[in-house]
Amino acid sequence: MSTGEGKGMDRRGFLRLAGLGALSAAAVPAGWDLLKPGAALAAGAGAPVAGRRYAMVVDARTGCPDGCRDCIGACNTTHNIPTFADEPDPRRHELKWIWQTSFHSAFPGNEQEFAREDLESKQVTVLCNHCQNPPCVRVCPTKATYQRPDGIVMMDFHRCIGCRFCMAGCPYGSRSFNWRDPWPRNAATGEPAKLPNPEYPTRMRGVVEKCTFCSERLDRGLQPACVEACKEKLLVFGDLHDAGSGVRALLKEHYTIRRKANLGTQPQVYYVIGA
Amino acid sequence: MIYDKGKIFLGLAIFVALVASPFWYNPVFGTGKTAPPEPKLPKTATLCVLPKAQMRAGHMQVIYDWRETVVRGGGRMYRHPDGVEREMSLSNTCLKCHEGKKEFCNTCHTYLAVKPFCWDCHFDPKEQA
Repeated sequence: MSTGEGKGMDRRGFLRLAGLGALSAAAVPAGWDLLKPGAALAAGAGAPVAGRRYAMVVDARTGCPDGCRDCIGACNTTHNIPTFADEPDPRRHELKWIWQTSFHSAFPGNEQEFAREDLESKQVTVLCNHCQNPPCVRVCPTKATYQRPDGIVMMDFHRCIGCRFCMAGCPYGSRSFNWRDPWPRNAATGEPAKLPNPEYPTRMRGVVEKCTFCSERLDRGLQPACVEACKEKLLVFGDLHDAGSGVRALLKEHYTIRRKANLGTQPQVYYVIGA
Repeated sequence: MIYDKGKIFLGLAIFVALVASPFWYNPVFGTGKTAPPEPKLPKTATLCVLPKAQMRAGHMQVIYDWRETVVRGGGRMYRHPDGVEREMSLSNTCLKCHEGKKEFCNTCHTYLAVKPFCWDCHFDPKEQA
């Protein structure tokens, strides 16, 4: 078997060296990863807690007082969502995290000819349902959108490539695309125009965005901005796995419906419709 | 025996001169030395999250790790060397101590002609005020 005695390398020696080389190539970066400066930073607080399941109950019995859009306004301000109010057609580039729609648009399939009359004109507050079985997560090719252990369907704007598969996948239209830069920018410096909330970043053209259940506020122990803003306390947010939470109390007390529950996405936003 | 010796050597000379242009352009045509960037250091804070040399060489890795940690759900707080916990945030932590994007970040980035895409979405809160 041995070839070229005395000079060069036989096959066994070559294989041994190649194996050692491959092993060290695999092992050295792993060791380096442990020592590099960033790894030590990874330990921290505020991480999503497995075992929780965040949900929202929207009390849609009385409906919002006429023209009240406090929750939407609070969300827009908190997350620097532009309204394009001074455009000829503000809906053209509209970005919706939380919005209002008619009862029939919110709950298609629930139409009845002789239903309660107020349902005809009822406006229902809708937002991302943070589905337990989210189709948007399944279709995202870059894992830019993903499900946290606490049930929040989260969006990593850094990783979004703007393919809009998630928008096609979401049956609720809860995702909006930035067809253009959401805020006008200073031509010289590239800085975005004056933003409502300097503590939160903005997005850029070509990125999909949606409600994140205010994950950044939850980490600080705050309620989502829309929940906090609702004067009528019609939005209730909490942990479904906590038997004493407000959402559980409402679900226990009332019959609730969910948007397009028949699709099997297991939406985690519940609506109290009847008295 | 080389045909067209003159043309070939002239061509070679031009080629070598062009390739070497980064070395001679500045001494010949340059307007003198470009001053190295002098980023303004924080006035009050003295302790950064890592020693200066490490930050200088690896701040992008630190920021990248913070981003992964915060956005992808590993937590939000960082134990600062001074013992205080601080939020891992470019706009709300880094730029709270540092003078500002213009005086601190941009000085080097402009000098080195790098355009980090952080600023597509993040910004300096002070410049917003």
